[in-house]
Amino acid sequence: MNDVAEAVTRAHHGEWARVVATLARRFGDLDIAEEAAAEAFATAVERWPADGVPPCPGAWLTTTAVRKAIDRIRRESKRDDKHREARIVHGDTPAEPLGAVDDDRLRLLFTCCHPALAPEARLALTLRLVGGLTVPEIARAFLVAEGAVGQRITRAKAKIKAARIPYRMPSAEDLPERVSGVLAVLYLVFNEGYLATGPGTGPVRQDLTAEAIRLTRLVRALLPDDGEVTGLLALMLLTEARRTARVSASGELVALDEQDRGAWDADLIAEGHRLVRERLTAAAAGVAPGRYQVLAAINAVHTSARDMRDTDWSQVLALYDRLVRLDPSPVVALNRAVAVAELDGPEVALALVDRLAEPLAGYHAYHATRADLLRRLGRSRQSRAAYDRAVELAGNTAEIAWLTRRRDRLG
Amino acid sequence: MQYLVSVIDDKSNPGSTDRRPAISAFNERLIAEGYWVFAGGLADTGTATVVDNRGERPVVSDGPFVESKEYLAGLWVWEAPDLDVALALAAEASRVCDRKIEVRPFL
Repeated sequence: MNDVAEAVTRAHHGEWARVVATLARRFGDLDIAEEAAAEAFATAVERWPADGVPPCPGAWLTTTAVRKAIDRIRRESKRDDKHREARIVHGDTPAEPLGAVDDDRLRLLFTCCHPALAPEARLALTLRLVGGLTVPEIARAFLVAEGAVGQRITRAKAKIKAARIPYRMPSAEDLPERVSGVLAVLYLVFNEGYLATGPGTGPVRQDLTAEAIRLTRLVRALLPDDGEVTGLLALMLLTEARRTARVSASGELVALDEQDRGAWDADLIAEGHRLVRERLTAAAAGVAPGRYQVLAAINAVHTSARDMRDTDWSQVLALYDRLVRLDPSPVVALNRAVAVAELDGPEVALALVDRLAEPLAGYHAYHATRADLLRRLGRSRQSRAAYDRAVELAGNTAEIAWLTRRRDRLG
Repeated sequence: MQYLVSVIDDKSNPGSTDRRPAISAFNERLIAEGYWVFAGGLADTGTATVVDNRGERPVVSDGPFVESKEYLAGLWVWEAPDLDVALALAAEASRVCDRKIEVRPFL
């Protein structure tokens, strides 16, 4: 019985996206694809315990889902003949010639992350149709009401149909832009898991980081030559590797310099480093790395140091300089200042941080960074005020606990 | 699939007024490539008249149905196989007209 439950879970992880994607192409309708896939999995839960797990679960699920979809279309066609005709015309779109990469799951992903959809809709749609999360699961993950998530998904599907957002690979010319849209969605899922906001959730939502990694692995399997996909996967793995060391038993954040580096996940770090090396080889051959690759490289430097004191800060800074050129945002400048503090001291860094006061006034990490630099300069009163502001603005429970303790330790 | 392609201008920050030759050339291309269904520029919103005959008798009033900073300056109707094709053309149209473009499918 347990084996069967496991087989269903494994099939859900491994086959959900494929089933939805195959049906979406065959029937040209995301509603039908989603509903039929859900029904097929429900049927598996019912039948597999008695009949046994089929030798090829993916094929069984696809066949079952196709049958469910045809049943639904037949049912509807009795009610509405015109409706059926429209469906059939749409479903008959011939497969267009494609480049080397062609996978229905990729088409599905690109459709879900289409720039014509609102960002929150892309997120919800991707988690539902590609990730196979249920509407209540998505609602819980992002602390949104279930009704709102359901509505976002319904509206997005309606727009895809009415405006005819194509179920197709983007053109070679649009591909980098569209891939970066997909990666932005996946990174958002990961970050919400890694730094969960809101008082009602744990500080780390492992379900979300795991989901983001799983989907990014899928994208990498489908687009193995895309450097940014590899970069994002490496970044996620190197971040995830530190997850257990990052929060103490009492639920408090543990800063990088205080983490038990022995508790880092060596396998994830090895895999992450391997991916970063792969990209370094490409960079040496003249392929300029994008934002995620540089972020991954920074994390590779951190995870290479056995002790905080062994960190190669000049390399970290060189990578941040590169990142600033790719992404001249104040948040990147803030993170760069942290590396500057290690190399040139807190005073130099504080001057850089103070320049960011205006754009980052509402960002807790700005105040937390300032507070730490002021503390190191012995300016306790100002440091305390900065910690107060950081605590006020922070949303993550572990961060709030850590900032509070740091503040209370000030002389 | 037909799309209504609206050219949106902004009263406080209007697009340039010398776009006519470029728009004509773009229209020639739309026709040659089979996307063109209809196109037209519109007179100023101040020339609009609203008619409402939902009551007992038609009521005619001066002015656009809604006063706003942004307004419809012109429109196209395009025939395109899908939204990606329409959006790629709209990107060109926006450059050619020096104005924002809204793409909306017909039912």
